[in-house]
Amino acid sequence: MTYSKRTDGRKFEELRPIEAKAGVIPRADGSAWFKMGNTAAYAAVYGPRSLYPKFMQNPKVGIIRVNYSMMPFSSAGERVRPGPNRRSKEISMVIEKALASVVNLEEFPNSVVDVFIALPQTDAGTRCAGICAASIALADAGIPMKDMIAALSVGRVADKLLVDLNYDEDSHEDGVDIPVAIVQRSGHVALLQMDGLLTREQLKTLLGMAQEGVKKIFEEQKKALKNKYKAIEEENGE
Amino acid sequence: MVNKMDRADILKSLNENLRIDGRKLLDTRKIEVEYSISKNAEGSARVKFGGTEVLAGVKLSVGTPYSDRPDEGSMMVEAELSPMSNPEFEAGPPDIQAVELARVVDRGIRESKAIDVKKLCIKEGEKCWLVCIDIVTINDEGNLIDASSLAALAALKNAVFPKLDGENVDYKSKTTKKIPLSKEPISVTVCKIGNHFIIDPLTAEEKIIDARLTIASTEGKLCSLQKGGDTPISIEDIDKMVEIGMKTADEIRKVLE
Repeated sequence: MTYSKRTDGRKFEELRPIEAKAGVIPRADGSAWFKMGNTAAYAAVYGPRSLYPKFMQNPKVGIIRVNYSMMPFSSAGERVRPGPNRRSKEISMVIEKALASVVNLEEFPNSVVDVFIALPQTDAGTRCAGICAASIALADAGIPMKDMIAALSVGRVADKLLVDLNYDEDSHEDGVDIPVAIVQRSGHVALLQMDGLLTREQLKTLLGMAQEGVKKIFEEQKKALKNKYKAIEEENGE
Repeated sequence: MVNKMDRADILKSLNENLRIDGRKLLDTRKIEVEYSISKNAEGSARVKFGGTEVLAGVKLSVGTPYSDRPDEGSMMVEAELSPMSNPEFEAGPPDIQAVELARVVDRGIRESKAIDVKKLCIKEGEKCWLVCIDIVTINDEGNLIDASSLAALAALKNAVFPKLDGENVDYKSKTTKKIPLSKEPISVTVCKIGNHFIIDPLTAEEKIIDARLTIASTEGKLCSLQKGGDTPISIEDIDKMVEIGMKTADEIRKVLE
């Protein structure tokens, strides 16, 4: 079986169009909007703020708490029932681990940084879009970070290896989806999951493709953060 | 800054016919409506009242009519006060504020009979459309009730039926058929602070109001009311608030055109 042409006409190593914006939710301490193709995510950051219940407080390090959700009308199929489910809990947890790896947690002992991720529209790659938005929002909130982080799905559809799968590709009967989060400077992998069948060589190739693909995302994240401050400067007439 | 002002400051300003953000007492902030903000919903809209921003989306599904209304479809409204939108909102099941918000929006639409529920019937006693309207708050700078009501109506106006493929809904194929909407119910919350009436309250104003009355009206008719706040109000006050509410609703309705 061969997958000769992508359903949306992209090249196999080509990402979907990206839109990124920082500071979209004024009440939050930091926020962002990240859209990749037809998958769109908001991220809002609150904190560092006091952590309750008190027994969770650690005088040495703070924690990051992630809440990922799909809006009830976001899916191409039936309505998504609001509230946490097994899937959203697991995704929140893996995103939490990935984000915690780039944040200087020891700088806010006894405290929590809350990251809320919500998607108004989905077309595969939601956890990746969520991480990309959250990384911008954390920087926008001025949370001390070691590095930026971005995420991208890579995978296989039939005989082809490709990046940034859309829903049709993700749900292909002979498809493999691998969400990967990558730390900018080291290129190390902070989130890795996979569903499907692959060879060891294919995995290695795909992780390389992810490292290459996220470069484009890092550029867009940086641009979004710079644009916010450019807008503020213009407002102040500087 | 504005969120930390106390009652004395706000009242002092109101006595001079001025709001803390420079508006007159019966001015709304700039109202913006954007349609089709989520491609996957059957209908959707973003509404902004100044800095307050909410999204609403409509999903349609096929269900069984209620046994006492076999020839009618049905609608429901749910609201999430997203923890993204206000540091005081917590993640978790809807609290009483979210439940009130959803029910007030629901009644405004339901009681106006804006949706012809008979036209949502597919086969009497067996199959009908269920219209689910979900509201998610993005940024709360006050007056979520009115912004959510307008977003719900805008999303409904924007909605089209998906194709019905025998028993199942084919969500990938949308038709051009719109939800039958005969009226445009608009909610306006009038707040009383001291002897003053204001509309489109900011968060800081909401915290110090004596009473509020949400008035949903269609062209010339009231369709639902909800009083809030701790202080009882006189019949004269109610009459005045209803007058303000209906007049403002006519203004807001123009934004949808």
